[in-house]
Amino acid sequence: MLGVILALLIVPLAAGLACAILPGSAKLSPVVTATSGVACFGLVLALVPAAAHHDLSYLSYLRVDAVSAIFLLATGFLYAAVGIYSVGYIKHHGHDDRYARRFYAGFNLFGWAMLAAPLMSSLALLWIAVEITTIISALLVAIEDTDGAAEAAWKYVLIASAGLGLALLATVFAYFAGSQVLGEHYNLAIAPLIQHAAGLPRTPVRLAFVLALLGYGTKVGLFPVHTWLPDAHSEAPTPVSALLSGSLLAVSFYAILRYYQFTAVALGSGFPRDALLAFGVASLLLAALYLFGQRDIKRLLAYSSIEHMGILAIGVSFGAPVALAGVMLHVLAHAAAKANAFMGAGVFTVKYGTKQIATMRGALDLLPWSGPLFLLAIFALSAMPPSGIFRSEFEIVYGGLGSGHDAAAVVLVVLVTVAFLGLTTASTRMLFTPAPRSLSAAAALGRGEPSAWMVVPAVAGIAVLFVLGVHPPGELTDLISRAVAQLGAVR
Amino acid sequence: MDPVQAPGVYEGAANVIAAVMLLIEFGLLRQALVRDQVRLYMAQSALISVLAIVIAADRNLPDLYALAALSAALKVVAVPLVMRRLLARTDPGDGDEAQGVAGSQTLSPASAVLAGIVLAAIGFFCFGALKIHGPAAPALALALAAAMVLVAFGLMIVRRDVASQAIGFFSLENAISLAALVVASGLPLILETAFLFDLLVAVVVFTLLIRAQHNRSESLSTADLTRLRG
Repeated sequence: MLGVILALLIVPLAAGLACAILPGSAKLSPVVTATSGVACFGLVLALVPAAAHHDLSYLSYLRVDAVSAIFLLATGFLYAAVGIYSVGYIKHHGHDDRYARRFYAGFNLFGWAMLAAPLMSSLALLWIAVEITTIISALLVAIEDTDGAAEAAWKYVLIASAGLGLALLATVFAYFAGSQVLGEHYNLAIAPLIQHAAGLPRTPVRLAFVLALLGYGTKVGLFPVHTWLPDAHSEAPTPVSALLSGSLLAVSFYAILRYYQFTAVALGSGFPRDALLAFGVASLLLAALYLFGQRDIKRLLAYSSIEHMGILAIGVSFGAPVALAGVMLHVLAHAAAKANAFMGAGVFTVKYGTKQIATMRGALDLLPWSGPLFLLAIFALSAMPPSGIFRSEFEIVYGGLGSGHDAAAVVLVVLVTVAFLGLTTASTRMLFTPAPRSLSAAAALGRGEPSAWMVVPAVAGIAVLFVLGVHPPGELTDLISRAVAQLGAVR
Repeated sequence: MDPVQAPGVYEGAANVIAAVMLLIEFGLLRQALVRDQVRLYMAQSALISVLAIVIAADRNLPDLYALAALSAALKVVAVPLVMRRLLARTDPGDGDEAQGVAGSQTLSPASAVLAGIVLAAIGFFCFGALKIHGPAAPALALALAAAMVLVAFGLMIVRRDVASQAIGFFSLENAISLAALVVASGLPLILETAFLFDLLVAVVVFTLLIRAQHNRSESLSTADLTRLRG
């Protein structure tokens, strides 16, 4: 398996560098990107059976366990799907070769950094990988070179870097706590920290967890440190928005889960769960309310991401095995659903030439594939059966009710329902309100899809959501069970 | 009550350096011109390297000598050089840059310093109360580092120009380096070096974005960045 893990680190990096420096790479980049995406997804799939049964550790700095495999799966799938989608998106976006080259290079490097983060065996390397994702994605947010993009990129890089400053401080205190038990030469490896968590000094661990929750939480988009998120998601090129939302937020949440694992053993699970519950409910409340009245389709989806990150935090706070299984499934299902919604939004923006919801009308008629696919993605995000998100949220609520968190579970259901109303109101207007005569008469708005490249990955995403909702494969169920055991191996 | 003992050389040096670094942080808060802020940042970064050398000598950790050299090369030489070139490039030549940046404070200098004192007090006393200390962790220096972190956040908030906000972030990183040296001096060199490399990449990205902002609006001010509301 070492070969597979090394290939996962090398393939997207090589693809990014090839797109950046090879002569004539503007023509080759789409092929290189799509191939690298599909190859990486294949490599991640190859890791799943092994990670479902035992932990894989290599070269003292690489490690894959069930929890990291779940996040690798989400990122691997998105990297492949959005990579293919980008081919059509960039072709129809009317940019020059220089833009295409920079976009594809950044896109592959972004994929590389997000795949690298869950592979790291130590909290320090994890921090470095997450910091690299910030740096690359900030440049990708700025790539459009508009006033909005420059403003969003600056806000993003400043707020996220400040947040990661706190996360670095968390890493320092985690080292301090670990070195009290494991000695001065402790290298911040995650596994021994969890193994010896019971003996860790309490105050530094508490401090590390709070700083990590706030620091990495900035990148997850948890309230009140979420303010960069809607801006960056709305101003970035749509494929980048899809990766930001479906994968980057989840990778940052993965970092919080790692801190949760040893904190729950060192302090008892009460403190970290209460902290996650508070941040989760606040984020969910904010997002549910802000989903009403959004005028920009990508901002609408960005607030939906904050909602779902809130749901993840609440799910972990319930602590019950079934809720944790729901959280793991939710990471995968949300990645597929949100990427699909963003891919649909990207088709809409290409078709209508705007991001404004008020201008998008009659999409179901004008876009025979993307219209229904977007509708299905919105239904999935609203947790309608038979999507994977229905199953995952059902498990989370069930786990909450079963573990005595009745009030929090009820709040979760109420706020998810409010979010559903906000999301579907805007979507219904775009999809079902007939296009005004003046709009549909315009030549650009004839019935039809801009590109098949932008439809195929969305079909794959819906298929994944359906499979996750109806009958998740046996290997995946094993993987989730093992991840739950690793996360839930705390009292 | 325990009798008060004089601190050892290492502990005394760490505490003094931390206190001077906090004072420099206040200087950054007070200083109107970015050019002078860069000088203060250099001084603050040089102190980090000095502290690394003191710890290396006191605790016999040869790795830290290398770290001190790397940190000095990056933070005392490279980052200020990049910032100065950036300022020279964005200076229209008639003193506007100095004017514009001098007007970038959202609070008057006195109010900013007062706010800084409140933040520093919160950081200092909260961390002091946690009583985190080990053989290598003087509690006072750690509390001062926490105060510095909060003042650096304050600096990023009260400035309206991108260059000062970036320097606020770099000094935040200095505060974290101070905490890391005090609490985690045994951290393997490879990881410390990776942190520094990461800072270098961040500096490059900050610089690119600052230049993009200047090319777009002919100004380093963020006063016009009000289109997006979070």
